[in-house]
Amino acid sequence: MLIELSSLDLAMAGALVVLLGALTAYMQLGISKQLYIAAARTTVQLLLVGLVLKSLFASTSLVFILLIAFIMISVAGWEILSRQKRKLKGWWGFGISTGSLFISSFIITLLCLTTVIQADPWYSPQYAIPLLGMLLGNTMTGIALGMDRLIQNAWQQRPVIEQRLMLGQTAEESISDIRREAMRAGMIPIINSMAAAGIVSLPGMMTGQILAGAAPVEAVKYQILIMFMITSGTGLGVISVLWLISKRLFDERERLCFKRLLKDTGMPHK
Amino acid sequence: MQVNAVEIIGLSGTSGSGKSLFLRALADMEPHDGEILLDGLNQQDIDAHLWRQKVALLSAETSWWFDSVGEHFDEITEASLSALGFSKDCLQWSIARLSSGEKQRLGLLRIMQNKPEVLLLDEPTANLDKHNTQLFESLVRQYLENNSACAIWVGHDHEQLQRISPLHYAMREGLLINVD
Repeated sequence: MLIELSSLDLAMAGALVVLLGALTAYMQLGISKQLYIAAARTTVQLLLVGLVLKSLFASTSLVFILLIAFIMISVAGWEILSRQKRKLKGWWGFGISTGSLFISSFIITLLCLTTVIQADPWYSPQYAIPLLGMLLGNTMTGIALGMDRLIQNAWQQRPVIEQRLMLGQTAEESISDIRREAMRAGMIPIINSMAAAGIVSLPGMMTGQILAGAAPVEAVKYQILIMFMITSGTGLGVISVLWLISKRLFDERERLCFKRLLKDTGMPHK
Repeated sequence: MQVNAVEIIGLSGTSGSGKSLFLRALADMEPHDGEILLDGLNQQDIDAHLWRQKVALLSAETSWWFDSVGEHFDEITEASLSALGFSKDCLQWSIARLSSGEKQRLGLLRIMQNKPEVLLLDEPTANLDKHNTQLFESLVRQYLENNSACAIWVGHDHEQLQRISPLHYAMREGLLINVD
């Protein structure tokens, strides 16, 4: 039996977020505005999607579902970009993040739908949309962290990179340590969730399925599938983003090319 | 400007006149106009990292990224260390305890590992005492002779520039002027 939440219950949880925002503002940690905007967005966006999800799941049009997938990927690419302290100029930043999401999330979802789940039709929205959503949500985090770490560290360690170039190292070698760091940063969240799953944390999807009456073993199998997909998706996504961005950070004569970066805008959502 | 084997060219000029930028351009670390040839080989015709192995820049501030000195060297002989007044122990030293003078001396040994044909030295002895300056100068000279390499030496100390070479250029507002 599901216990229903009243608006008052939600308001109490919301008050905690407001309190956190006030605290960070008081300590001048510069995150409160972003926090409030994200909290407002989660409320509005989830309410809206809750309203349309039933009719969305009833749809059987492939074109319509691809359109939804396209919108999801673009928004995720946009969100990755807005988490960056320093971005690539022009369409490069958006192009690289969206492209990597496409490789990592879209293709893996497609693979999973057609070979593992094999629903009829394979694009059945009640599988395709949540699956893609879970993948995007997680790979997005990994890619945003890896990308931010790579660009920030390259920026801060400019003297070291240039020194290594002056010693005759290739562009690739000169940034290899920073790239390794960035890869680690991007993969830590998913490695944490895999390591903690079942002992520290009960993954939401699995728990939800069991609460809704599904057989526990089936729910667990789905959860493991999702975890593996997220891990490989995140890994692929971070790898491709790091590769593309480190290419872009150097010019054709293997020199750092920071004029391809926008000025530091402080935190996003000014 | 032309530099022949075993020669050193002294280069002086007020700060901000573009000396360091000039050296960076020679090492292809800065976009630049003009043509730079090494034994007839155009800089733009080979991979940038290969060029920098031949044309090595020792900047005024060297960077060190590993924890200890030794990790920055592939192999280094006791002889070359002692030529600059170091013993083998220095390879175990932590980077954090290096003085700026020690960094400049070790920096020279580090760029010599690639056996470059050209040494671009940007105020290389600015932080060295008299004794170490002498060791530094004679090691550079000895290196040039043994490898028939050449060097461009940027410095402020006119006495030193005259001591190391009869060839002298000055940089004024981004222009090279022959003053020997």
